[in-house]
Amino acid sequence: MPAPYKTFDTADLNNLRALVPEERVIPGAEVGEDYCHDELSGIRKRPDVLIKAMSAEEISAVMKYAAAHNIPVTPRGQGTGLVGGAVPLYGGILLDLSGMNRILELDDINLTLTLEPGVLLMDVAKYVEEHGFFYPPDPGEKTATIGGNISTNAGGMRAVKYGVTRDYVRGLEVVLPNGEIVEFGGKVVKNSSGYSLKDLIVGSEGTLGIVTKAVLRLLPLPKHKISLLVPFPDLTSAIRTVPAIIRSSSIPTAVEFMEREVILAAEQFLARKFPDNSSDAYLLLTFDGASKEEIELAYHSAAHTCLNAGALDVFISNTQERNESIWSARGAFLEAIKASTTEMDECDVVVPRKHVAEFVLFSKELQEKYRIRLRSFGHAGDGNLHIYILRDELPETEWHATLEQVFRELYAKADSLGGKVSGEHGIGYAKRPYLRESLDEQSALLMAGIKKVFDPDNILNPSKVVVK
Amino acid sequence: MKIVVCIKQVPGTAQVEIDPETGVLKRDGVESKMNPYDLYALETALRFKQSVGAEITVVTMGPPQAESVIREAFMMGVDNGVILSDRRFGGSDVLATSYTLAQGIAAAGGCDLILCGKQTTDGDTAQVGAELAEFLGIPHVTSVCKIREVTEKDITIDLDLPLHVETAKIKYPCLLTVEKGIFEPRLPSFKLKLATADRPIRMLKLDDMKDKDPAHYGLNGSPTQVKRIFPPENRNEHEIWKGSPDDLAERLFRQLDDQKFLQQLR
Repeated sequence: MPAPYKTFDTADLNNLRALVPEERVIPGAEVGEDYCHDELSGIRKRPDVLIKAMSAEEISAVMKYAAAHNIPVTPRGQGTGLVGGAVPLYGGILLDLSGMNRILELDDINLTLTLEPGVLLMDVAKYVEEHGFFYPPDPGEKTATIGGNISTNAGGMRAVKYGVTRDYVRGLEVVLPNGEIVEFGGKVVKNSSGYSLKDLIVGSEGTLGIVTKAVLRLLPLPKHKISLLVPFPDLTSAIRTVPAIIRSSSIPTAVEFMEREVILAAEQFLARKFPDNSSDAYLLLTFDGASKEEIELAYHSAAHTCLNAGALDVFISNTQERNESIWSARGAFLEAIKASTTEMDECDVVVPRKHVAEFVLFSKELQEKYRIRLRSFGHAGDGNLHIYILRDELPETEWHATLEQVFRELYAKADSLGGKVSGEHGIGYAKRPYLRESLDEQSALLMAGIKKVFDPDNILNPSKVVVK
Repeated sequence: MKIVVCIKQVPGTAQVEIDPETGVLKRDGVESKMNPYDLYALETALRFKQSVGAEITVVTMGPPQAESVIREAFMMGVDNGVILSDRRFGGSDVLATSYTLAQGIAAAGGCDLILCGKQTTDGDTAQVGAELAEFLGIPHVTSVCKIREVTEKDITIDLDLPLHVETAKIKYPCLLTVEKGIFEPRLPSFKLKLATADRPIRMLKLDDMKDKDPAHYGLNGSPTQVKRIFPPENRNEHEIWKGSPDDLAERLFRQLDDQKFLQQLR
């Protein structure tokens, strides 16, 4: 890879140590292995220096220095990304934001939460729920930072009813690549004041600016929730029922599909039995509401819809213990699949809801065509699928060749159905060629142009998302 | 085989307030659910029903609203439900509760096997199972963590003791209290909910018991005097270990193993 940047030297290290307290400026050689990669396998790079930032002012000073000296900067949260977004491809400065993890203000009149980017998603949920509020986005990785969630516009399971991270970001404080600190959006509910720069930052994967503060929108906490675990004789009949469920009067917060083989893997991984594993395919539906009566009505109608569509039964999970037994397994699917193979890569496509069944069945056919194991589970309700391609015992070169062919087939199929490359994990480094192929020329030029306006010297998280 | 499973309706959340004056749980407005430990006893019974065939009756002592936990047991596959409900049962301690259950189970026709959960989440005494067996004059085993074999005459089980696991064979009629996690409890079924919506539930009152002396029931039959009830203090103790990753991993492994977190998937 060409290195169009200044070679980082001792002078740079010392200069940065004048800007940020020395103990938080760690030379590359002393940086732990964990900082050299994210959860995507196969790509690692050691930064020249790791800076554990604690304020927007520090980040501003670092960015100004980096801009003046042509040093690449890569922001990083908890490193739970799946597309290499936080890997410092050219070395340079790795900016760790996980220490900026203070919750600054809960505004119970404007229903907003102001916080720093390093707060973990699970801590956000816990904090607001203790105060009777609700932050709806619910990605599976609860140890991710909110900054990471904003950078990828993370979705999660409640998207069916509540939408994604972007729908809950009201305002952002951002350090631009030139080091200026700016605020986009605010606590306002409506905003038609020019281009929405806030929305450009959300989902930009740290390529346009560094989020140093966020104002999130909250809802009142729904007091009651219930999950339904619905067994079906096969995956097709399960997924084909989803549109009817969503059309019915009550919108579930989540509609997930899961197959027996993935449940078995999770059972083995957790050494704990799932409440039922006798059927080949399941839908998992969740309903929430203000009263018991409200969700009772909602789930009865959905349960009848499922039975009419050929469900074998509808199991009701209505207590904390029961929800725990289901959702702990659901939460472990990714790790369980990972543990069942030597290496894997993932396709996080999103297709229009109508085509979910067709797409999943298509992916199954690829298993035989390429003699490779594929596993999938995902958000049947919003069309976002997670398809994992497992290496198992394939030799290195064959693995990469097969992987690329399978990816191409999956993305081409998604494209033909009106789908997109990534539903919630982002593009990062790994999915850039597939994004480029899926974009028309004008859209690609606009994206490159936006990057150039924000970051003319291409020093902020270079070679991510857009290909130059 | 006829199996009785004892179940109890408990507050739906762990955050229950206690009236500081009377020391009584504030149940008004608090949602209720089936005692989570009882689900393991129920699941054990349902497994027997599937493997060797059995008729399962759930028995609970409580107000008529306890019907909801009986209905939930029906939704899991239980055949019959009995509520022991009488104002004169109110205020029972563990002894009076066990005595009432013993009388009630006998009045309901008796059985070959009684299954109970380890304890309840509201009383937390873990005494009712054993006392019930004593009143009925049948043998019992507590802390059952595994079922090895079920035959027409007896049952072979493992019981989880602090330092070892003991295997025992026990003849019917007998009582077992099972540990959390013996089986993963099944979820209530919507199909069974529809199918059992009209199934009658038997109500037994003091006058239906063989012993009709009110002095043996409720507050009158309870030698326990509650001096004070108070919520436990929250313990936030924690240890911080330092060392090399290898040593820490080894230490963590040993700790988890010692505390039996690393059991084989049953």
